[in-house]
Amino acid sequence: MINRISVLPRVGVLAAAALAGSVSLAAAQQPAAPIKIGIVSFLSGPAASPFGVPGRNGAEIVIEALNAGTAPAPFNTVGLGGTKIETKYVDEAGSTAQVVTEFRNLVQRDQVDAVVGYISSGSCLAVTPVAEELKALTVYFDCGTPRIFEETARKYVFRPPPHATMDSVGAARYLVAKHKDINGFSGLNQNYAWGQDSWRDFAGAMKVLAPKAAVDKELFPKLFAGEYGAEISTLLTSKSQALHTSFWDGDLESFVYQEQARGLDRRMPIIYTTGEASIWRLKDKMPDKSIIGGRGPNGPLAPKSALNDWFQKIYIDRYGTPPTYPSYQMALAVLGLKVAWDKAQKAKNGKPTTDEVAKAFEGIEYDGPSGHVKLALSNGHQGIQETAYGTYRFNKQTKQPEVVDVVRFPAACVNPPNGVNADDWIKGGMQGAKCN
Amino acid sequence: MLTAFAILTDGLVYAAYLFLVAVGLTLIFGVMKILNVTHGSFYAFGAYGAATAVGIYANADWPDAAGFLLMIALAMAIGLMLGLVLERGILRFAYGRDEVVVVLVTYAVFLMLEDVIALIWGRESYGAYQPMVAAGNIEIGDLVLSNYDIGLVAIAALVAGLGYWALKHTRYGRLLTVVIFDRETAAAFGINVKVVYTVTFVIGAMLGALGGAVMAPKISVTLGIGVEVIVLAFAVVVTGGLGSIEGALIGSLIVGLCRAAAVHLVPQIELFVIYAVMALVLVFRPYGLFTQAQPRKI
Repeated sequence: MINRISVLPRVGVLAAAALAGSVSLAAAQQPAAPIKIGIVSFLSGPAASPFGVPGRNGAEIVIEALNAGTAPAPFNTVGLGGTKIETKYVDEAGSTAQVVTEFRNLVQRDQVDAVVGYISSGSCLAVTPVAEELKALTVYFDCGTPRIFEETARKYVFRPPPHATMDSVGAARYLVAKHKDINGFSGLNQNYAWGQDSWRDFAGAMKVLAPKAAVDKELFPKLFAGEYGAEISTLLTSKSQALHTSFWDGDLESFVYQEQARGLDRRMPIIYTTGEASIWRLKDKMPDKSIIGGRGPNGPLAPKSALNDWFQKIYIDRYGTPPTYPSYQMALAVLGLKVAWDKAQKAKNGKPTTDEVAKAFEGIEYDGPSGHVKLALSNGHQGIQETAYGTYRFNKQTKQPEVVDVVRFPAACVNPPNGVNADDWIKGGMQGAKCN
Repeated sequence: MLTAFAILTDGLVYAAYLFLVAVGLTLIFGVMKILNVTHGSFYAFGAYGAATAVGIYANADWPDAAGFLLMIALAMAIGLMLGLVLERGILRFAYGRDEVVVVLVTYAVFLMLEDVIALIWGRESYGAYQPMVAAGNIEIGDLVLSNYDIGLVAIAALVAGLGYWALKHTRYGRLLTVVIFDRETAAAFGINVKVVYTVTFVIGAMLGALGGAVMAPKISVTLGIGVEVIVLAFAVVVTGGLGSIEGALIGSLIVGLCRAAAVHLVPQIELFVIYAVMALVLVFRPYGLFTQAQPRKI
C-alpha cells in the first residue's frame, strides 16, 4: 500500500514540474509579441476620400504583405525584424488639439512602437514637438510643409516622402521647359497654409527660371469655396499664359467643371500640382493638355519597376482602382520604417529600442514603389526623390487617363541642399541645383 | 468696361447661389424663430439627390431637359421627406425651449445627417456636371459665360418672385405673415400654428434641397459641402435681416456684387469683404437691413 501522505508531495512535484515544463515549452513556442504601429490619416471629412482612405489602404496592403512575407525583395522578410506588425487605425479629422490627444493616446495608452501618418501640415506641426517630448518614433507620409525640420533639429520624427517645395519647383521647371516664351502667369490657390506656401514657392521658382515672366493674378479663394465664377472671369479677362493651382479633391473637381464650361483651359495651360489624385475620378472631364503633378513620381508618373508593378497589382486587386499618390507615399513611409527597423535589429541581434531604430533611420536610402528615396536633408530625417510632371490625355480607345510627355527632374534639381532653408534656397536663385 | 460687366455677371451668379441657399433658412427663422443649422444638411441631401438623378438620366440617355427636371424633382422630394420627418420626429419636442437648446438640437441632427449621407452615398465624391455641359456657353468679348449660370440667376429670380407672390397674395402667405409678426396673437385668432410650423419647415427644407440640387452640376458633391453653405447663408440672412425674404434677396445681391468686385479688383480681400459687409450693416442696422421694428411685449 502506498502511503498517501508520502505520495501527494511527489505528485505535486511531478505536476509542478509538468506545469513548469509546459509553460516553458509554451513560452518557447509562443510567437514574439507583435510590433504595434498606429496609422493616422483622414477617415472622415472632405480629405478622407482623396487622401485619407487611399493612404490607409496603402498601409493596409503593404503591412499585410510584410506580415505574410510576400512583398518583393528586399522587403520579403516577415514584418519588422521578423516580428509581425499589429496596426491601429486612427482618424486624423478634428481639431489640432484632438489630433495631438489621439497621438498621445497611441503612444501612452496603446503603447505603440511607432506612429505612421498625418496628411495635414497643421497636424504634423502640432504633433512634432509632442513626438519629441514623448520620444515616440513618428514617420510622416503626406504632410508637405518644409517647416517640420527647418525650425529645429528632430530626433524621433522622419519623413521619407519629399516636402512640398519639390512640387512647386518641379511645376515651374516643367512649365518653363514646355513654354519657353511665357511672359505672364497667374495662381489660384486655397487660402490656407498649403495654398499660400505652394504659390509662394512656385512664384519664387518662376522668378528664378523665367525672370521676364510676370505674376498676373494671385487668387486665394477660401478652402471649400465651391463657386469660382468670379475667379474664372478674372482669369479669362487677364493676359496670363498659364495658371498654377494646388487645389485638391472637391475644390479641384468643382473648378474643373466650372472652368471647362467657360473654356478657360482653351485659353491657357493649367498646372494641377496634385492633379494625379483626381484623374481616375474625373477621367474625360479632366481637360486634355492639363499639366499634372502627383506630389512626386507617383501613380502614372512613377518609374517602371518590379516593386511598382507589384504595388499597383495588389492595390487594384483589393480596391478596384489604381493607387494614387497618398497610397504611394504611405507605402514609402511604411517601407522606410521597415528598412530602419531591420537595420537596427540586425545591428543589435534582437528587438531594437526606439532610440536604436531612430538612429538607424537617419540617412537611409532605399527603393519604394515610386523609385529611389534618400533621407538626405535635415540630418537624415527628410527624404528627397526625383520628381516628374506630365501632360494629361484621356485615351478614348482605352477610356483610361494617361499622362504623356513626362519630364523627370533629379532630386538635387528640385530640392534644396542639406542645411538650406527651402524658402531661402528659392529666393537665393536655387543655388546648387543639379539638373543634369 | 469688360471688367465692370464681369463684376456684374459674376455678382449676379454668386447672389443667385447665395439666395437659393439662404431663402429656406430665413423663412424657417422668420416663422419658427429657429436658427436651423440642419439647413446645411438639406442642401447636401439635395446635392446628393441631384447627383443620383443625373447618374440615372445620363445612363438612360434621356433628353437633357427631362434629366434636369428629374434632378430638381428628386432633390425636392428628398427635402420634403427629410423636413417632415425632422419636424414631426424631433423638432416639435423642442418647441418652447430656450433658443440655444433648439439650435443645439439642429446642430446635433446636422452632425448625424452627415453620417447618414456617408452611409447612403459612401465617402466618394460625385460629379453631376452633365446639365452644365449640356447648357453650353456664350462669348461676350473675352468673357465666356456659362448658360447654366444664367439659368441659375433665372431660377433664383423665379423663386424670389414666387415667394413674394405667395406671401403677399395667397391665404397661406397671409397666415404666415401673421405668425411671423406675432405667434401668440395668431394662435388666439384661431390659426393652427402647429400646422403652419410643419408646412413652413417642410417648404424651408425643400428650398434648401433645391439650392443643393441646382448647385450640384457645378460642384464636386462630397462630404462636408453643407458645412460651408450654412456659414455663408447665415452671413447673408443676418445682413438682410433674419426672417426676411426681401432681406435675403438684397443681402445676397450686396454680398455677391461686393465679393465679385473684390475678386476682380482687390483679390486679397475676397474673403474679408463678405463679413465686412455683414459687420458694416450690423453696425447701423443691428437686426439687418429688412427687419421691422419689434414692439416690446410686457
